[in-house]
Amino acid sequence: MAKVVVVTSGKGGVGKTTSTAALGAALAQIGQNVVIVDFDVGLRNLDLVMGAERRVVYDFINVTQGVAKLSQALIRDKRLDKLALLPASQTRDKDALTEDGVLSVITALRKMFDWVICDSPAGIERGATLAMRFADEAIVVTNPEVSSVRDSDRIIGILDAKTVRAERGERVGKHLLITRYDQVRAARGEMLTIDDVLEILSTPLLGIVPESEQVLRASNLGSPVTLSNPGSGPARAYFDAARRLMGEDIEMTIPTEKQSLLGKLFGRRAA
Amino acid sequence: MTSVVQTAQSTRFVCRSYMAVVLVPEPPIVEWVAELEQKIKDAGHFLAASPVVLDLSAVKLSKSAITHLVAELNHRGVRVMGLENTDPAATGEGLPPLVRSSRGVTTNLGAPETPVSQPRPRPATLLLDKPIRSGQSIFFPDGDVTVLGSVSSGAEIVAGGSIHIYGALRGRAMAGSSGNAQARIFCSKIEAELLAIDGYYMTADSLDQGLRDRAVQAWLEGNELKITALE
Repeated sequence: MAKVVVVTSGKGGVGKTTSTAALGAALAQIGQNVVIVDFDVGLRNLDLVMGAERRVVYDFINVTQGVAKLSQALIRDKRLDKLALLPASQTRDKDALTEDGVLSVITALRKMFDWVICDSPAGIERGATLAMRFADEAIVVTNPEVSSVRDSDRIIGILDAKTVRAERGERVGKHLLITRYDQVRAARGEMLTIDDVLEILSTPLLGIVPESEQVLRASNLGSPVTLSNPGSGPARAYFDAARRLMGEDIEMTIPTEKQSLLGKLFGRRAA
Repeated sequence: MTSVVQTAQSTRFVCRSYMAVVLVPEPPIVEWVAELEQKIKDAGHFLAASPVVLDLSAVKLSKSAITHLVAELNHRGVRVMGLENTDPAATGEGLPPLVRSSRGVTTNLGAPETPVSQPRPRPATLLLDKPIRSGQSIFFPDGDVTVLGSVSSGAEIVAGGSIHIYGALRGRAMAGSSGNAQARIFCSKIEAELLAIDGYYMTADSLDQGLRDRAVQAWLEGNELKITALE
């Protein structure tokens, strides 16, 4: 049974697209059949982060409007044969997305893949609400700072109100992914602590991704960090998060760059 | 119906509830107006004396059509104080304001002997077992609100009675909003942005720093909002 997961945050620039690419690739590396869907119509980025920008012919909007078949728009990753990308349209805007169109594409993707991961645009408007509309589960990406946390809180409220599952009285599973976590700055009290964030958002933790140059380098190379540098701290954090998403019980750690610091356990588990 | 009164001296917001007759126009409008006219002839006394709200949920009218309908009703002695369930774009200058009722109330024109629907017994406490997230607004003018989780920054609770929060209060809590000076606010951890009881309010800045993060209660003593630690 396929799972539709939306990666969302409210705030921009917290790492939704990077996390979508890294988690999608990690799941595919573990052996799952994955498609990542770019909902950021007009500000398409996921193709760049995946290094597929030169291979985009048809897009999401073309499929919803019947211009192209879904199989024509899907781009198979060259490195991972279990990973596919459905790019957004760069020339249109979010008004081109319709609920019926999104539903038909999501329904078709559910039959083809184990995981349908939707990369939501920032904001709480049409693009973001349609990206979460048909989700079974949500990954809320948050940076440990107050504005990001408050926006995530808002998005969690919207997940509980405007998704099809919520309207049916069912639950949308929610997972918190804390990204750009800087242990040194947190120790100096310059960032919210993990405990602060968890207390405010009262949502189970999926993973803590450390702030790292590796992530930026990976994005610029057009390769998710789990592929370009699988041994790095952020990559290991994403692999752990992917396994937790699959239901495995893995101890919560903040993977750091050096092996010697690996033992820094974080006495906390995903609830 | 709720009105907000703002006086210049103290910026005190007061909410009050009023009873009004709700009329629900149905298509075809011309026949509905004719039928109403007949009812007014039969038992017009109450409509002439009562404030009236037009519930436009059964019809789709443009602004000019609403203006025309309100004028027609006015001509027949029915004074419309508010519009309900219509597109905000179809209201505006020259028209009564949009109002929002907390429950569905209709007046059955076939039974003019009970013109105003009797208030049904309702629970006096609203129990919320989930955290109140940023951007969410809970409006319960009828009684107390109890929240088992936290109230986030950017969320607000407006209650006619008292507010009880068993988690942290990081947003706004406004108790006694329909003119109840006896209402209180209780929370197990205060980091509130704003507290208000019966229109008297206190912002985060004026909160005693010694009380921050503690369990407190707030109440009104005369015109002053008091706050003290519980324990």
